[in-house]
Order: sequence, then structure tokens, then C-alpha cells
Amino acid sequence: MSAAMTPGTLGLSREDLPNSYIGRAVPRPNVRKLVQGRATYVDDISLPRMLHVAFVRSPHAHARIATIDAERARAMPGVVRVFTGADLAAVCDPWVATLAHLKGMKSAPQYPLPLERATWQGEAVVAVVADSVAHAEDAVQEVAIDWEPLEALVDMERALDAAAPVLHADLGDNLVFTRTADTGQVDAAFAEADRVIEATFHSGRHTGVTLEPRSILADYNRGDGTLTVYHSTQAPHMMQGVFARHLKMAEGDVRVICKDVGGSYGVKVHVYPDEMAVAAIARILGRPVKFVADRFESFVSDIHARDHRISGRIAVMNDGRIVGFDIDDLTGIGPYSVYPRTSAIEGNQVVNLCGGPYDFAHYRCTTTVVLQNKAPTCQYRAVGHPIATAVTEGLVDLAAEAIGMDPLEFRRRNLIRDDAYPCTSPAGMKFEGLSHHQALDRLIAMVEPAKLRAEQAALREKGIYRGLGFASFIELTNPSPFMYGIGGARISAQDGCTVRMDPDGSVVALSGVTEQGQGTEAMLAQIVAHGVGVPVERVKIVTGDTMTTPYGGGTWACRGTGIGGEAALQSALALREQLVAVAASILQAQADSLDVHMGNVVDKASGEVRMPLAELGRLVYFRGDTLPKDAPREFVQTRHFITKDYPFAFTNGIQASWLEVDVETGLVRLLKHWVVEDCGRIVNPLLVDEQVRGGVVQGIGGALYEHCLYDETGQLRTTTLADYLVPMAAEMPDIAVGHVETPTRESLLGAKGAGEAGTAGAPGAIMNAINDALRPLGAKVFAQPFTPQNILSALGRV
Amino acid sequence: MSALMTISLTVNGERVTRSVEPRRHLIDFLRLDLGLTGAHASCEHGVCGACTVRVNGEIVRGCLVLAASLDGAQVETVEGLSDGGTVADLQEAFVARNAAQCGFCTPGMLMAAADLLDHHLTADRAVIREHISGNYCRCTGYQAIVDAIADVASARLARQGGAA
Repeated sequence: MSAAMTPGTLGLSREDLPNSYIGRAVPRPNVRKLVQGRATYVDDISLPRMLHVAFVRSPHAHARIATIDAERARAMPGVVRVFTGADLAAVCDPWVATLAHLKGMKSAPQYPLPLERATWQGEAVVAVVADSVAHAEDAVQEVAIDWEPLEALVDMERALDAAAPVLHADLGDNLVFTRTADTGQVDAAFAEADRVIEATFHSGRHTGVTLEPRSILADYNRGDGTLTVYHSTQAPHMMQGVFARHLKMAEGDVRVICKDVGGSYGVKVHVYPDEMAVAAIARILGRPVKFVADRFESFVSDIHARDHRISGRIAVMNDGRIVGFDIDDLTGIGPYSVYPRTSAIEGNQVVNLCGGPYDFAHYRCTTTVVLQNKAPTCQYRAVGHPIATAVTEGLVDLAAEAIGMDPLEFRRRNLIRDDAYPCTSPAGMKFEGLSHHQALDRLIAMVEPAKLRAEQAALREKGIYRGLGFASFIELTNPSPFMYGIGGARISAQDGCTVRMDPDGSVVALSGVTEQGQGTEAMLAQIVAHGVGVPVERVKIVTGDTMTTPYGGGTWACRGTGIGGEAALQSALALREQLVAVAASILQAQADSLDVHMGNVVDKASGEVRMPLAELGRLVYFRGDTLPKDAPREFVQTRHFITKDYPFAFTNGIQASWLEVDVETGLVRLLKHWVVEDCGRIVNPLLVDEQVRGGVVQGIGGALYEHCLYDETGQLRTTTLADYLVPMAAEMPDIAVGHVETPTRESLLGAKGAGEAGTAGAPGAIMNAINDALRPLGAKVFAQPFTPQNILSALGRV
Repeated sequence: MSALMTISLTVNGERVTRSVEPRRHLIDFLRLDLGLTGAHASCEHGVCGACTVRVNGEIVRGCLVLAASLDGAQVETVEGLSDGGTVADLQEAFVARNAAQCGFCTPGMLMAAADLLDHHLTADRAVIREHISGNYCRCTGYQAIVDAIADVASARLARQGGAA
């Protein structure tokens, strides 16, 4: 069976529908409990003798902690203990978030609670433990801290000035990391180019706003020395290792259980000091201890992202050929690099991704990553992609405008040809197979730009300003150890799946990838059903438990289907082979004459049912005495998968935005949005489309509304959902999604990631559409979010 | 702390009597005192809608209503609606359209959607979008939710038309 396994013989192709679960819009098996309110998020779990933690958080962006007086707090009703940084440092080792392959990177040691200084407003400083959340919060008010405020470094542009305060004296300066990619001869090529156009872009600091706040319930059992952590996380195995390492326990004595997760988007793949504090407190108290962030805490202590200033230049020839890009990126990441992924990856991604869709020779891009006294930043959905795409596509539109060429025609002349693969980008990214031109053609068919251009021209006569903007993009998915592992981080790029058949013929699959609502369990069920040969209703999926699932990386960088799905397919196929082998020995048939189809062992040639799987299960599990002595009996198989040929499986796509700018109010009304993307083999088109749409809307949030605004003293001014705006239903457009499918040849399944494509391209498309709308008025905007004030300012009206 | 207040009310058809602190919010009363974890606390300042439940037939923010004010009230949560079957068509439409991803907003979203469908079956997509704008969803981008509600609106309208 395995000798002939190809996507074709396995029935994975389009042509195999409708007799295949691959490519079919199967509803998610685990969504019904969600619509009935019967999910289990961490805050829904209560354990006997459970305690609750509330934190005293720093009111200052930068201040020395002179004294802490917790006497009154300890006397408050229900209070059990109060912990300071020193108390927790006794049981929990600090961490330093650097990666060895990011040359020269540095960061300071971080503790669950700081020992001497608070370095951002909202940093947890003291932990109060009580018998209820209300009692813990009451007592927080009674902790008296004598603060000695220090100068706060707020503006990232000042971070490397000689006069700026150095946040961690041991580091010498505030530079965390810098890297330059330099390919070709940028200076000479730019000097010879027909036109060089430049602009400075800003990406506004924003955050994930998971509706379920960060949540953790840690329980240390002194009887058996085990720590069980119920955690709203994307990476249970990674967190198991982190808890063990820093609490000085054996990894096998730590179990992380991750039931339902109420949104993550990258926010919940990081190590948060307050969550480490909860685990350390459970370790000390020997009792279950819970912490659920409130919304204020989420805004000041969830990771922020995308705080970048990017100066860019593009050189072009008058015939429309791109000569090169020259880009300088600066990003402020807060006072610490975030563990263990580090806060240098986003800037590093900007260097990797700028210019990504295009064929050009000369490239220079520098990122400079600096410290500041704001909430730490780290990886958030589409890490670096929306920045790189907005800069690239903004420059591309400026270049097209400068030489008087239609922006779509300009893209057509410069997008990497569909027959040019495999190839390597000037930034060093290896592309196995992309489909920019197919995607462009598909998008044009959906958008019908000629019609919209006519409408645009007609409406301009009436003083109505509509714009059409495009953004081509690439997206990094299916990461190998080149992302984190080679830098020394214990983050698994490999993933595994165990598939077993139980006596009644039902199938259970345990996977190391996790469900955050994106549909992981549905995807796995479809693949396993297809691979084993059973109805999808007979498959149950287990994820999110380090004790029972194969070791894996969880959810990040769009790897669930590409990596976890392939492991599931391989293990399911191995189980089918095993089922056939056992059945053959019972039926006294040749194994290669049998197959498994929809829950039955069948004759491969005729399709005739030879034995239901439930009968096979009955015989093997209960009447093993009737089998030949040497018959195999294992109905369980495990396979792991990791990519080996390419560091990443890149995907590609293009988006278009059609919108109207009210030039009196500066308000942007989104009329329609289109996406064409190529994530390789699509397992479930419904889920892929919904990932793309959700991603687009998160991109729209960053482009138009979301902004973590700090004042000059480092106080965050946007700490409620009334101040920090997120997209609401009424303002969002309908989003049309189209596909091209270029399966990766690295796996049988051929799937790449789809979860971040929407976020990667939306801000660039919207920026270009706004600037297209404003073109007759001579105004342009490059600083996200494109608020009414920014647009009116560009128009010279405020 | 102030003295406890005793309230008697009906929750999902069951009579409930509890003594509560005057500051206890309805969402905490439901989740912590009654173990009804279907409605969720998310922003806790009345913006996001994840805690939306019904009080005396009207949808309210569970994070803005004090339990102590509910003596004699009728409260319904997603658990009650699910068991009663009154929103089964809406729930099926959410499943079919994948109008829920992480599911954290979903019980509140269903409450808002059911409220609209109870009052305004001819709502078009713009009206639906407007009506659910008090319920934030970070996963879906809303389109699938609008689709699901629109599907149910037309199906119920067709049924009403058929019956008339």
C-alpha cells in the first residue's frame, strides 16, 4: 500500500470530490457545544480549595520599588498570602529571551514579579492570593508601595540617543537587535534607476484583544509532586517545558491541559510573568490557584505588536521594472524581549518579507529593535507580514503612479512568474511554488476593476471619493526548526498524531496541534476519516493535553494543517494498513486485495464488504484466542512530521479593497473586500474562507481603528473597549474569497497555512485604496491607523 | 462589606434563592453562584456583549446589572434557551455557516440575534449588522454570523408565510 502512495492514489485531489473528505466543507464537530454555551474555558473550571490571584500593577512606566507594605492587605477578609518578586524568585528562575541565530541579540533577565524596578505601566509587581477574586481585588487596594519614579523612555526614536535612560544598565544600551540584509548593489542600482520614490510608513502599536482574557489555573499536588496547569494557551507542550524548567521540576511532573480557548491570534503563545507567578504560587501553596486577566490587565499586559516606523525607497525604470528596495525599519518592543520566541522576530520578518512577491535584484533592509517603557511586544497574527506588505505595496503604488502606469499592470510586470520556481528571494527566502499571476488573474475576474474605475470617475464628479487598492503578499507557513529551534528555543516544529481504533470501530486521534477556534479538530477529523476509511462521525479528536497527545508545537505560524494534518494523515494511513493486515489474517485473504472504506473492510477490486470494522474490533479485542497466533494485533499507530526541504512553506495571494473616504469627516467606509490566496491543498474550504475573513478583519482593525496610545509619561490611554476601538459588525464589509491551489510537494497532504493571509494583506490594500480615493486631492496617508484625524490632517483640513 | 441581600428569582425556569453581596453582578451571580458558565465575562464594562443574557424577556449586559436588583425577575441564559429549543434553528445555522470560531462571543451573539429575530424578521444584512454591533467577535469577521442570522430570518419568514 505505501509503495504507491501519492496525492493522486490517496484521493486527495479536487477530482475525488465528493467521495473524499479532503476539500469538503464539513461542519466542525466541536462547534455545537460552543453554540450551546457548553464549552470549557479555563475560567469555567473550579477545583476544591481553589484560590484566586489578583495583582498590584505598576502605576508608573518606570519606577524603583523602594518598599512594599502588605500588612493591611494581609488583614483583609479572605486573604491567604501576599507575594513579592523576591518571594517568587526563590522558587522560579528568571528567563532571558534571546535566540542564538539572531546574532548579537540581547535582553535582560525577567522574573515573575520584578525584584527592584517596574519597567512598564501595568507590570505586575505584587500578587495577592485570596479565597475569591473579589477579596483578592479588595486587598490589592490595600498594598502600599513606596515608588521612586524614574525617567521613562517612551519614544522609540530616542532609544539610542546618548541622553536616553538605559533601561537595563547591564546591557549597556537599549539596542536589542539589528540586522541588515544587503543583496546586489543597492546604491549603484538606485543611482542608475529612472525613478526613486520614497515614503515613511508607521504601523500603530496594537494588541490582540482575545475575548477570553489570558487565563490560567495551576494546581500543585504535594502528594505526587505534580503540577497540573489548565491554561488558555496555543502551545501546551512548550509551556510544560517552561513551567518545568523555571520551577525546577521534571518535565514529566508537569501536565498542561488546554480545553477550549477563547481566541488567541498569537497573544497566547508567549510566557507571561504574571502567569508564571500563578504557577509559582501554586507550587508554594500546594493548592489550585486561578488568575483570569480583566480587560484593563489585558490591555496593559497582553503582548502588543507592530510598533514600527519604516522608511522605504523603491527604484524603478520607466518601463515599469522594479530595480530594488531600500528599507529601514525601527521598532520599539517594551522593556524586555518576550520569552521564548523573542521580540526581535517581528523586525526580522520585515527584513525577510519586504519586496517578497516581486522579481528584482537589489535589496537592502535593516531592522533596529530597541527597548522602551511600554508593554512588551511580541508575535501577533501574521507577525511582520502586515508591515512588510503595507510598505512594499505602498512603495509599489507610488512607483506605478510616478511612471504613470496602472497599479495592476505594474504588478503584472513585476510579480515573480508562476513558472520561475523554485527560486530564492533577494532577502534569502526560498520559494517552492507560488502562483502570483494566477491569483492576480483570479482577483481581477472577481473585482472587475474596469467597472469600479468607471463608477469611481462618475462619483468624483459629484464630490464622492472612492478608492480601489491592491496588495500582493507572501505568507510564511509550515515553519521548520529554522524559525526557533536553531536559536536554542525548545519550541517544536515537528508534530505528531496517534490514531487508534477501539472495539466498536470508532477511531480516536490524539494530536499535538491545538484548537483555538480555527477548526483544527474538524480538519484533523476529516483527514483521519479519509486516511483510515471511516465516516467522519466515527472519529473523535483529542488535543491540548501534554499527558496524552504526542509531543508537538501547538498552534503558531500557520502550521496546524500543514504539519499536524500531515502527521494525522500518515498515522491514519498506517492504521488503515494495519487494519487491513489484521483483517487479511482473519479472512485468509491477501492484504493487498483488501481496503477500508466507510467503516468496513472491503474487497479492493469489487468494493464488496468483507467485514465491518466493529466486527474486526470485537474479534481482536475480545476473541484474540480465535486469531492465528502470529497475527498482528496493534490498532494504534503514531507518526510525526516535520518539513525538511524548505525552512518554510510560503503561500501567496492578493487582496483588493474598495472604499469611500468622506473628505469632510475623514471617515472611511469599507464597501467591499476581496482576497485570492493559495494555501496549497484545502482540507475544508468553509474553514479556510472563515480564517481568511477573520484575518482580514483583524488587519482592518490595525489599519483603521486599533491603537495602543501612550502619553509622554508612558501611561497607556486606551485601556477600555470604549477607548480602544475594534472592528464591529456594522462597519465591516462583505469579503469575497477565491483560491488557487498549489500543494506543497513536501508532504502527501500538500497543505500550507491559511490563518494569517487575511491579516497580512488587508492593511496594505486599505492604505492603497485610501490613497487612491484621495489622489485627486493630492493627499496621501502612510501612518496606521488611518483615523479620521490622520486623513483630515493629510487633506490639510485640521 | 455590606450585608448580604437575599433574592428569589427564576433562572431558566428554575426557582433560585440566594444571598448575595450588593456589588455582585449578574454575570458573576450566574457563573460563580449558579454554575451557569455559558455567558462569559470579557470586558466587564458593558461594551463587548459576551455576557448578554435575558432578564424579563429583554437582553441585558450581565456585567452591568446587579444581582441584588433581580428579586422576582425571570432570567434566561444560553443554557436555558438551548434546553428549551427556541433557538435551535439559529444554533444550527451557526454550525452550518461556521459562524462561531473560538465560541467565546457566541452565547451573547445568539442572545442578540434571537432578540432581533423575535422583533424584526424582515431585517436585511445592514440591519443585522447594526443590531449585532454591540457584540464583539474577534475571530470570524462577522460575515458568517450575518449569513447565519439572515438564513434563519428568511426561513422563519417563509414558515410564517406558509402558515398564514
